[in-house]
Amino acid sequence: MAKLEKPEELIKIDHTPPKKDWMDTPAEFKEGMYCWGAKGKDLKILDFPNARDWSPKEEDWKLPENWKDTILEAMADRLSKYRSFRLFMDICVRCGACADKCHFFIGGGDPKNMPVLRAELMRSVYRKYHTTGGKIFGKTAGARELTLDVLKEWWYYFYQCTECRRCSVFCPYGIDTAEITMMGREFMNLLGLNTGWISGPVANCYMKGNHLGLEPHAIMNSIEGMIDDIETITGIRVNPSFNRKGAEILFVTPSGDLFADPGTFTCMGYLMLFHELGIDYTWSTYASEGGNFGFFTSNETAKRLNSKIYAEAKRLGVKWIIGGECGHMWRVLSQYMDTWNGPADFLEVPKSPITGTVFDNAKSMKMVHVTEFTADLIKNGKLKLDPRRNDNLKVTYHDSCNTARGMGLLEEPRYIINNVCNHFYEMPDNTIREQTFCCGSGTGLNASENMELRMRGGLPRANAVKHVRDQHGVNMLANICAIDRATLSASMDYWVPGVKVTGVHELVANALIMKGEKERETDLRGEPLPGKEGKE
Amino acid sequence: MILKNLLSEKRAAILERWFEMVLDSYPADTSSFLKQQKNQFANPVGAAISQGINGIFEELLSGKDSDTIPAFLDNIIRVRAVQDFTPSQAVAFIFHLKKVIREELEKEISENQISDELFAIEARIDKMAMLSFDIYVKCREKIYDIKANELRNMTFRLLQRANLICELSEPEQALIGSKNLNVKRKEVTK
Ligand code: SF4
Ligand code: SF4
Repeated sequence: MAKLEKPEELIKIDHTPPKKDWMDTPAEFKEGMYCWGAKGKDLKILDFPNARDWSPKEEDWKLPENWKDTILEAMADRLSKYRSFRLFMDICVRCGACADKCHFFIGGGDPKNMPVLRAELMRSVYRKYHTTGGKIFGKTAGARELTLDVLKEWWYYFYQCTECRRCSVFCPYGIDTAEITMMGREFMNLLGLNTGWISGPVANCYMKGNHLGLEPHAIMNSIEGMIDDIETITGIRVNPSFNRKGAEILFVTPSGDLFADPGTFTCMGYLMLFHELGIDYTWSTYASEGGNFGFFTSNETAKRLNSKIYAEAKRLGVKWIIGGECGHMWRVLSQYMDTWNGPADFLEVPKSPITGTVFDNAKSMKMVHVTEFTADLIKNGKLKLDPRRNDNLKVTYHDSCNTARGMGLLEEPRYIINNVCNHFYEMPDNTIREQTFCCGSGTGLNASENMELRMRGGLPRANAVKHVRDQHGVNMLANICAIDRATLSASMDYWVPGVKVTGVHELVANALIMKGEKERETDLRGEPLPGKEGKE
Repeated sequence: MILKNLLSEKRAAILERWFEMVLDSYPADTSSFLKQQKNQFANPVGAAISQGINGIFEELLSGKDSDTIPAFLDNIIRVRAVQDFTPSQAVAFIFHLKKVIREELEKEISENQISDELFAIEARIDKMAMLSFDIYVKCREKIYDIKANELRNMTFRLLQRANLICELSEPEQALIGSKNLNVKRKEVTK
C-alpha cells in the first residue's frame, strides 16, 4: 500500500523558487504579464522592419536570419551616438539602492524587475561584446552571449518597465534605467518585436494624426456631444473652432480625452474654461494627438509623430500652443520636441492673453501646460470659482511620473486643486512628487491582456490611495494624465473600490462660475451637486 | 482554554514563523526585501501579509467569527491573486498556520490533553480556508470584469456617437455604471 502522508505533509506545499543564478533562468512567459504581438499591417504602415503578424507565445518569433547582427550593430551604433548610454552601461556599481524602488518589483516580487537587474539584462550583453574583461572572462565578469533566450528575456522584461524613472531618483550616479529600457525597445523594434497595443496606435497616429485613428468629422462630432452636455448642465453653449487659421493659440490634447470617460469630463473642462475666458484659440483635427506612443518604439518614430505639432502651428499661423493634461506627452514635448523638430522660431514666447504673464519656462519650446496656464489665471484672480460645488469630493493628487520627474510640474496642479476644492489630502511623502509611484501601466503597457502585470505595478500607488481613503475618506483621485485617467480607474476598481478618478480641469470646470450660466444642478458627470441631491 | 492560553503565550513566535513561511513562497531576494523593509508604503506586500496574518491570528484567538476576518484574508489574497501563484499556492498560506501551530506547540500538544481544542481551532482554520477560496475567485472575477469594462469604456462613446448605441434604460445604466448618460443630448448626431 502506498504510504499515506500525514496531514502536515499534505499541506506542505513547498513552492520556494529554486535558487539559481539569474543568467541561468530563462524568462518564462506568463499569461497576464505581456502584451500581444504587433500586427504585420501596422508595422508595414510604419515601414518598420520585419513586418509580419507574430505572437510572443509561439516558439517561433519569425525573426530575420541576421537578427543577432542587427542588434549588435545597433548597440555599437547607439553606444557611439549617445554618451549617456555608454555611461549607464559602464558605471553601475551594483550598490542596490535602486533595487527595491520599482513598482513592478514591489508589487510583483519578480527579482528581474529590480531596476539593477533589468539593466543587467542588457549590460551583460554589452560586456560580452564591448569590454575586454567580458570578452575574456565571460560569465565570471558578468558577461553573456546574445542568444535567442536572452532576446526573449529582454522582450519580456523591457515591456515590464514603464520608463517611470523612479529608480533613477535613488541612484547615487543618476543612472536612468528608463533609458536602458528605451534602448532595449528600440533594438527590438529593429526586428519587428513590437506589441500590438503600441504599434496599432502608432500606425493610426501616423496615418490620421491620433492614436485612435479618428478622422476630423469624428473628432468634431465627439466635441459636439460634449458641447451639448455642457449646455444641458450650464445653459451655455460653448463654441470652439477647428483648424482656424490666424487663431492666437493652438490647443493640443491627448486623444484619449475625446472619447474615454473620465477623460471626456476633463475635455469638457477645457472647453468651458477657454470659452469663459474668451481666448482666441483653435483645435486642430490634424495635430489631434498630444500623446506619442512612438516614444515607446524608437527615437526616430517619436520624432516623426511629433513633427505634426509644430507643422500645424505653422500652417495655422498661431502664436503659441497650449497642451492638455497628459503625462508622456509632456516628457516628449518638454525634453525632445524642441531639439527634434525645432527651433519653432515662427512662434512667439507664450504670453497669457488674460494675465499678461510671459511663460519664460517655455521660451524655446513655445508650448505651455494647461495647468501652468490655469494656475496663473487663479493666481491673478481671473477666475470666479465656487469650490463648494466640489464639496462632495475628498481629493488626493497623483503625480504622473512624466510631469513630476520628467518636467518638475509639482506645484501648479496642487495649487489649482486647492483653489477649486475644499477637501484635499496628500498621500504619504514617499509616494508623491519626485518619489511618486507610477500608475503601473505607462509606456504603452495599458493593454487589457496584461492586466496582472498592471495590477502588480499599480499596487504601490493604490496602496497609498487606500491609506488616504481610510484616514480621510478620500473618494477622488486627481491627476493630469490621460493614461492615468484610464488606468488608475482600473487600478482603483481592483485595489481601492469607491475611489474615482478625475482630471484637474474637470474639477476646475465644476467650480467655475461662468457668465450667464443657469443654476447648476449637476456636476459634469451628471451627478447632483452637493445640496442638490434628491432634486430631479 | 489551555490551547488558547498557549497560543497567546507563543503569539510572537507563531506569527514570526508563519510570516516566514508565507515569504518563503517568494524568490530569496524578494522575501528578504519583504521582510526587511518596514515602511508600509515602500513595501505594501510585506505590510499586507504581516497585518493580515496578525489580524487573522487575533480573530482566531478571540474565538468569535467576526466580520473582520474576510477583510484580513482579502488583504493578502488580493495581492497573491495577481502574483505568480496558482490558485492553491495563492491561498496555501492559511493552511501553513496549522503547521506552525503544531510545530511551535509540539511538546505542549503531546503533554496536555488538548486534542479537542486543537481540533476546534483547526476546524476554524479550515473554515477560513474555504472563505479564502471564495475571496480568491472574486478577485479573479474582478480582473476579468476590469478587462471587459476597459474595452467597453474605450469604445462606448465612439459607438454612441456613431449612433450604434441607443440611450439606455435605467437598469441598463446601472449595469454599465455610467451616470453620465443621464445627461440628455438633443439628439444623437449622425
Ligand atoms: S524606470 Fe520605473 S518601471 Fe523602469 S525599472 Fe525604473 S522604477 Fe521600474
Ligand atoms: S542605484 Fe545606480 S549604481 Fe546602484 S545598483 Fe542601481 S543603477 Fe547601479
